[in-house]
Amino acid sequence: MTGEDGGVATVDDRARSPAGPMVPVRYRVTDRCVETADTVTLELAPVDEPVQDPAPGQFSMLYAFGAGEVPISISGCPTAQHGPRHTIRAVGATTRALCRLEPGSMVGVRGPFGAGWPVSIAEGADVLVVGGGIGLAPLRPVVHEVLAQRERFGRVGVLVGARTPADVLYPAELERWRSEAGFHVDVTVDVAARGWRGHVGLVTSLLDRLPIRRDRTTAFLCGPEIMMRIVAQDLIDSGTDPARILVSLERNMHCAVRLCGHCQLGPMFVCADGPVISWARAAPLLAVRRW
Amino acid sequence: MRTKTIRDLLATQPVLAGLDDGDLDLMAGCAHNEVLEAGVFIAREGEPADRFFVVRAGRVGLEIHAPTGPLVIETLGDGDLVGWSWIVPPHRWVYDVEVLERAHVVAIDAACLRDKCEADPAFGYRVMKRFAQVVAERLQATRLRLLDLYGTGDDG
Repeated sequence: MTGEDGGVATVDDRARSPAGPMVPVRYRVTDRCVETADTVTLELAPVDEPVQDPAPGQFSMLYAFGAGEVPISISGCPTAQHGPRHTIRAVGATTRALCRLEPGSMVGVRGPFGAGWPVSIAEGADVLVVGGGIGLAPLRPVVHEVLAQRERFGRVGVLVGARTPADVLYPAELERWRSEAGFHVDVTVDVAARGWRGHVGLVTSLLDRLPIRRDRTTAFLCGPEIMMRIVAQDLIDSGTDPARILVSLERNMHCAVRLCGHCQLGPMFVCADGPVISWARAAPLLAVRRW
Repeated sequence: MRTKTIRDLLATQPVLAGLDDGDLDLMAGCAHNEVLEAGVFIAREGEPADRFFVVRAGRVGLEIHAPTGPLVIETLGDGDLVGWSWIVPPHRWVYDVEVLERAHVVAIDAACLRDKCEADPAFGYRVMKRFAQVVAERLQATRLRLLDLYGTGDDG
């Protein structure tokens, strides 16, 4: 379904989960990959009738039994080889509990929820993916989709920002992407020990050197809101259409079905109308100062 | 094919946009080309900032010593200016600068250029405006990094 701001997909709430959107479905952890000191990726397999397959950019509500439930973006859509994957950073009690789960453990899943990345609107154009910190996780399926249909897209730029080299997600995968024809992958960190041969500085410092055509680019941004704002502004200043800059917003999602209001942002509920929206739509909402 | 002069090379650097032909001639008179190999230090913290560089190609890292060892706090590459301590007393480098990837640079003699700036205040003002722009951009980037954007919040 096409959204009002240029192709953002939405999904019917009732279609997602066999028992309804508020009832978690049991999944088992089949694989646990330690990404960084505080971040793991869990691969899941359904124990009960599965939820609907997620699309890139959507999120699940993951329930760590006895601890709580949190929204976690899909970092790998299900394939013939893999179940759905979620990359989780341990920042609180629930995410710490999820990060501790070992293969064989049980987790509750609701979802998938929200509007995902409308990757198809980038067909025929260049693609820019900018991920900051854990923000790279929801963008990984975008790159997977571009790679799966490589001939449909132009040049691809992937820029990654992290605190330190040890905090960079998916380094082996970034190397594989770097070897793809037409791909330009760069990583920058805030600080590094001597020996790091990547960049140190703001992610915007890499934009000028990227061989993509700004006026023919669709950009997918996810990370700290300030980072997305300065990247979006830089892109607009050099000719990118704000409607072709997609951002993933993070708000306090609880119910995930536009009932509780915790994630309300102006007239929209981020859980259902987002998390992915165009910058043309996001900019005026994020410009509102809260006193 | 005509060999590019130092002035030609400086004219192609966006970071020097705004300097007119005469300005570039003055600057080129204080400059020469260098190729710097990876691992070479082109500046050391506390030493006189007697030159600065425009990176044509390659990469350098600004480093500072910490109790845990040297830390790279910024990398600079194609088209970037390296060094503004030469223009601000006491004209000493604030950081070590190591060449990370073989670099082609235009090296500019700081004392020579300072003298020309003093002798021609209008030229000096235009040079200062270019460097103020660079310093302002780096200050802004530093402030944003101080926010620790990628740090962990305390959430779920």
